[in-house]
Amino acid sequence: MASSFAGKRLSKELLKMHEHLPPGITIVKSDALDEWQMDIRVLDDNPLYKDQTYRLKFAFSDKYPIEPPEVQFIELPSTSDTPRPIPMHPHIYSNGIICLDLLGQSGWSPVQTVESVCMSLQSMLTANTRDERPPGNSEFVAYNRRRIRDINFVYEDDNV
Amino acid sequence: MFPTLPPPPTPRAFLSDVPLRFITPPSTRKRKAAEAAIADDTLPLLKSATKAAHTRNATSTSLSDTPSDKDEKKKEKEKENTKQQDKLDIEHLTGFVSSSSSSVGQSQCPKKRGIATPATTTASMDSDDDFMSDMSSDDFLGTQGSDDESIGEDFGDLDTGFSDDKELISHQRQPFEVEFKVLDPPEIEREQLAQINNVAAILGLPPESAAILLRFRRWVQQERLIEEYISREDEMLEEAGLGTKCQGVAKTEVVNDFMCEICCEDGPDLETYAMRCGHRFCVDCYRHYLSGKIKEEGEAARIECPGDNCHRIVDSRSLDLLVTDDLKDRYRELLTRTYVDDKENLRWCPAPECQYAIDCSVKQRDLFRIVPTVVCACKHDFCFGCSLKDHQPTPCLLVKRWLQKCEDDSETANWISANTKECPRCQSTIEKNGGCNHMTCRKCKHEFCWMCMGLWSEHGTSWYNCSRYEEKSGSDARTAQQKSRASLDRYLHYYNRYANHEQSAKLDKDLYLKTEKKMTSLQSQSGLSWIEVQFLDTASQVLQQCRQTLKWTYAFAFYLERNNLTEIFEDNQKDLELAVESLSEMFEKPVPELAELKVDILDKTAYCNKRRVILLSDTAENLSKSKLIH
Repeated sequence: MASSFAGKRLSKELLKMHEHLPPGITIVKSDALDEWQMDIRVLDDNPLYKDQTYRLKFAFSDKYPIEPPEVQFIELPSTSDTPRPIPMHPHIYSNGIICLDLLGQSGWSPVQTVESVCMSLQSMLTANTRDERPPGNSEFVAYNRRRIRDINFVYEDDNV
Repeated sequence: MFPTLPPPPTPRAFLSDVPLRFITPPSTRKRKAAEAAIADDTLPLLKSATKAAHTRNATSTSLSDTPSDKDEKKKEKEKENTKQQDKLDIEHLTGFVSSSSSSVGQSQCPKKRGIATPATTTASMDSDDDFMSDMSSDDFLGTQGSDDESIGEDFGDLDTGFSDDKELISHQRQPFEVEFKVLDPPEIEREQLAQINNVAAILGLPPESAAILLRFRRWVQQERLIEEYISREDEMLEEAGLGTKCQGVAKTEVVNDFMCEICCEDGPDLETYAMRCGHRFCVDCYRHYLSGKIKEEGEAARIECPGDNCHRIVDSRSLDLLVTDDLKDRYRELLTRTYVDDKENLRWCPAPECQYAIDCSVKQRDLFRIVPTVVCACKHDFCFGCSLKDHQPTPCLLVKRWLQKCEDDSETANWISANTKECPRCQSTIEKNGGCNHMTCRKCKHEFCWMCMGLWSEHGTSWYNCSRYEEKSGSDARTAQQKSRASLDRYLHYYNRYANHEQSAKLDKDLYLKTEKKMTSLQSQSGLSWIEVQFLDTASQVLQQCRQTLKWTYAFAFYLERNNLTEIFEDNQKDLELAVESLSEMFEKPVPELAELKVDILDKTAYCNKRRVILLSDTAENLSKSKLIH
């Protein structure tokens, strides 16, 4: 359970998002203060992501927003009422883990919000043209048992 | 601050006044003659190397003080005087104070001197290169001059048999030794501060900004920093996260209509703070942010503004204003840590719990020709270049390669050597774990006979029964195989000796722990005084040190080309090895015999030490001229 510091901040964020949300972003679940779920869509007609909606899971520690939240895509099977695949992207592993400096300790700024993270991910998808997974995807997915915050990503690619 | 400071050498004071110095027992005299003979025997081979002549002087003149040598010494003594101060440092730190240096009247308080001469560090940094070239030419002569005397004195003391035997491992600077200084945390902080204030004064910046600049440029030489600053002031300030010109004092404010972007809190009396970048947050959030960075992430020198994409660095004044005292201590500690990490001439002592750093001017790029062994105030001796335990005379690069090789190879190599052969065509290693002699290499499909290594096709109809030893293809294959086995054997030769000394050093260490017990029991059994039984302690230390050196000589020899210098190196190695083994043997004798053996042990100890010094000096000199490895 998030502490009052994180809790206060999150409830304010929620309040603000209920007032206004940018296009393509919707709140799915925000009843608990330590885990939220959001849906995002890509707005332009990038053929890779056209007509798809993706589900994001945010996990907050009680040091949020000093510490970044853990953010990853989650998958709902195509047979469900709301199918949610994992988007194809050279920085998104097939288990939904995202390699983005913004979400790491060094790239994170406490000024970021759930909303701004969603927007960053939207634009990360929009800008992508490569229909591929990160190199070493299968090994990573098969062997990674670490929590997201303990993975040492190397952010070497500034283009995508 | 210096808990390991050696006690002032009071018992020696009266001893050195006693004119016993030149009373030499016959046995010692004989040995000296023998030693001189050895020195004359091995060293003329080094004629090509000019420096070698000096080494010879160093060893033989000490035994027979001829008048001409004395003249030379006088001259060298003059040169030496200027360097005396630094040498004293070394002696002090290593805890061995020789009588020659105490007569110069050194202060007994190294701390004080540390404060008195902070300029030496900065000065030597500026002229590192001069210093290096200095060391490789004049200095060697200089130290040798003083060396003559010290060795003479060692023997004098030795022969009286009463004095502090520790002098046998006295630390005059030899060609294989480097100059260094031990710094404690307050000294490091003072040094840092002095540089910051200096740069601040020159550039007309507030000290905290100068500190950021220096940290940003990873504490480069001040001249370079200042030059760069003058030529591109604005860009540099921007890059360092200082933005444009700084002004004003750091203070928290209450601002109208403010909402903190971190906690989304607003309120009429919310205390806020912004650095000069203007990103304003409430003091609470700022505090949270900074403590997270300092405590959780261990950051200090490069904490950026919490604002998104703002690279302005939080300066120490802002920090002082915002964080609690316990964090400030941690912050300063972290700053000191990055300072030492950033400076090329500083390195932390790697011993556990040790808080000292070493200041040494040997450059990374010179490590192929210098092995900079340093000794911390905590007595830990390590290599300044790579932080590993002392590995004289082998350069860091080879040490790294050797350790890597040992890790990968040694066990495997032993097994391979015993159990496998190589495919005569592709050299793949093959283990025959059953079946007949008809081998088909899985890799290149070459078919051969396991017994004679020849082509299987030449075996005709004599299946499964090799009687064709004379076939050409077979003998060729066997020669090739022998070659590759020879290189493996060569490696194992050196490895086994290396490992043996490592093992023996471990055993000797156990012995060292028992030494004290031995000393006590020797004292009670023979009626010798505590000072008189010190020779055992000295012998044990010398034994340790020599084993350490020997161990690394084998790793070193593995990489040496076969030439005359290598031969001399191996002769030196052999001499040291023999000396060490015989000392080791004496050392293990039962306690009642030790008292009788005292003179022999003393002699052997001195001899071992001298062999070690000769080996290391020789190697260091050749190494510094890049004669040994290419």
